[in-house]
Amino acid sequence: MTAPLLSIEDLRVGFSTRHGLVEALRGISLGLHVGETLGIVGESGSGKSVTALAVMRLLDRAGRISAGRISFRGQDITHAPRHVLQPLRGAAMSMIFQNPRAALNPIRTVGLQIADVLRAHEPLSAREARDRAGVLLEAVRIRDPLARLDAYPHELSGGMCQRVMIAMAIACEPALLIADEPTTGLDATTQKTVMDLLSETTARRGMAMVLITHDLGLAAQYCGRIAVMQQGLVVEEAPPHKLFGAPRHAYTRRLVAASPTRQSTIASLLPEASAAPPAAPAVPRGGRLLEVRGLVKRFAGTTAVDDVSFHLDAGESLGLVGESGSGKSTLSRLVCRLLDQTAGSIRFDGTDIGAVPARGFHRNPHRRDIQLVFQDHGGSLNPRFTAFQSIADPLKLLAGLGEGEALQRRVGECAERVGLPAELLGRFPHQLSGGQQARVGIARAIAARPRLLVLDEPTAALDVSVQAVILALLDRLRREEGLSFLFVSHDLNLVRMMCQRIIVLQAGKVVEEGKSDALFAAPRAAYTAELLAAIPHFAPEPSVPGTAG
Amino acid sequence: MSATLRHAGWVLRGNPVTLAAGLGATLMVLLAVFGPALVPYDPVASNVPVALRPPSAAHWFGTDQLGRDVFSRVLVATRLDLLIAASAVTLSFAAGAPIGAFCGYVGGRLDRWVGRLVELLMAFPLFVLAMAMVAAFGNRVENIVIATALINLPFYIRFARAEVNIRRNVGWVEAARASGNSHAQVVLRFLLPNVLPAMAVQISLNLGWAILNVAGLSFLGLGVRPPTPEWGILVAEGARFITAGRWWLVTFPGLALMLAVLCFNLLGDGLRDILDPRLRT
Repeated sequence: MTAPLLSIEDLRVGFSTRHGLVEALRGISLGLHVGETLGIVGESGSGKSVTALAVMRLLDRAGRISAGRISFRGQDITHAPRHVLQPLRGAAMSMIFQNPRAALNPIRTVGLQIADVLRAHEPLSAREARDRAGVLLEAVRIRDPLARLDAYPHELSGGMCQRVMIAMAIACEPALLIADEPTTGLDATTQKTVMDLLSETTARRGMAMVLITHDLGLAAQYCGRIAVMQQGLVVEEAPPHKLFGAPRHAYTRRLVAASPTRQSTIASLLPEASAAPPAAPAVPRGGRLLEVRGLVKRFAGTTAVDDVSFHLDAGESLGLVGESGSGKSTLSRLVCRLLDQTAGSIRFDGTDIGAVPARGFHRNPHRRDIQLVFQDHGGSLNPRFTAFQSIADPLKLLAGLGEGEALQRRVGECAERVGLPAELLGRFPHQLSGGQQARVGIARAIAARPRLLVLDEPTAALDVSVQAVILALLDRLRREEGLSFLFVSHDLNLVRMMCQRIIVLQAGKVVEEGKSDALFAAPRAAYTAELLAAIPHFAPEPSVPGTAG
Repeated sequence: MSATLRHAGWVLRGNPVTLAAGLGATLMVLLAVFGPALVPYDPVASNVPVALRPPSAAHWFGTDQLGRDVFSRVLVATRLDLLIAASAVTLSFAAGAPIGAFCGYVGGRLDRWVGRLVELLMAFPLFVLAMAMVAAFGNRVENIVIATALINLPFYIRFARAEVNIRRNVGWVEAARASGNSHAQVVLRFLLPNVLPAMAVQISLNLGWAILNVAGLSFLGLGVRPPTPEWGILVAEGARFITAGRWWLVTFPGLALMLAVLCFNLLGDGLRDILDPRLRT
């Protein structure tokens, strides 16, 4: 065996904060050979990004490598000075960041930005650098690459920006590419094309890649080896089929179970949770709760929602699937009466609430019946409200509770329903974890005892294990409180688990509607089939039936 | 509350300049409240035999042309100067912040019209406006307060407008509406409190400017009139004697003025850190 390209030995990294030194990495060892792909999987705060930044030596001022060794091509770079690192960065090892839009300079064209990377390491004229940049854009399959050279980042979609980032990262043919959550925030189909591109490019150029992700399914599909990290330690390292087939560590087992596959059910995501029998619905099923007809919403020039009709029965859960720009968020805001429609009707429990203008809907008796759970839970909580105040707000305004014991009791009750410890009620949003913020958001939504809950990508911003818990919580709440769900998501697989019926939305139009199982088994619309194919999937057993015969 | 105090303590420990500015500002306020009770001499009683004496043990800052104690006059002036500046700033904040917040939230035609009006106001020099108001409504302190408030108004409108504008589409604004808040409640209960930390910086900086403005106006003889002790007047009166080498008449009120402006300016940044709960962990 040759010497590894990158080797990390017993690396420890600490951050000095106002509460003293916090150890982000507590002694991790990893190795990577030329041409290999290593996945690092873990939840936020597990130290995966810190590992990447430590390797690139890009830790911010508060972070320090306190022990251990990082060597690259046999050279110890643990404490190498800047003049040693500078030629390595970009040329020998490069990095792709999570948010491509934020990582690109907004006031420089992408062609110039790629040229900058090239010219930092090679003596090229502006002309030559531009030509090379064009070739690179072609390599990352951007259509009409020469015209795109002069585009600014805001003129490109998120997926295109990530391709530009990849072009920059591979510009100088580095031996090592570190991709830190390269597809988080991208649509499922875009995620697939970006990941396919990444793995092809690295394979063709013989590059080694470290893929950092919270999505175990994604890592399994694209990596030869996966390291699972938890609280600054690597708890398990194995090839994907072994990891899925026989996870050794308890945390890996939980993570594997929580990663949704096509066969998963809400219950199977949380095997350790006591299999409580679902309570009988408090409200008998049946009866039209929501009836949407010919709904249209136009914003200056563009039609976001185009003649959409659907219905929802009491106690039912309806999935609304589509990618960004499909109009699903606009549609959910219309149903919630936060936005006025251009045309069409929305009937709730027999009354035409679509006729009530959104600006006056806060006084409508149906305001408390329709509540919303947001994608970005942290961002949906007023930074100056404590958890208690956030949950109490709808109770004061919609349920008519004044400051006092009744309010205290109901807020406590809601917190208990969503599993939020009572002692966290006094905290501000930034003092809560992502999962806790989600619970506050859900508690607020159910506080005034609504009948319809519109869930706008409620788990898109959460780690998989937290996602499993929140999904189970929502499912239980729906049964116990007799709620109806309008579950909006880009993830078809999640919607399948949560909903009985699914509507697929593309460019503001309904392209398919049907029972979840039927739609999954035999999609009628081509777009639905495309969405299905984009779900990251990994078969626990390496099944390659084609080669056997 | 104790969490706020703990947090304030932490901010101040890491930021000695803010601590010094805070102490200075506190001292100013204390002097404004208790100054008149502490002074050794009557600030307006003349005592011609000891006129124009340099600083001594009996008269720390010396005496003026009528033999009045400069130390007493500078100290007593603190109350009037701070009071005028604070009322002007309070007035422009109370009016400007809601106007700006609504413009930023509603946008559209209201925003455009208010924007043009603000630009008009910003092009108007304070001293000309103050002179016009004094000419029209009489040389009274109230008019000076209103003129200063009016001149500072655009800063608050613009500031609140910009801060609210970037937040109008955030999740918690939508959540607030789903919770049954009207548009007006969203602005007043949610958006304004959230822009307060950033505005605190503006208020503190503005207080410094306002003190300077008030002194400038009374230097010109607008608003406060002699023999009332006021820093601008003290400087104006002392200026006549500077060529004769009576430096103490101008220096001490000038220093007091400078110190006050400096304290409030430096306080601004520290104040923002204390008021922002996101910096608390």
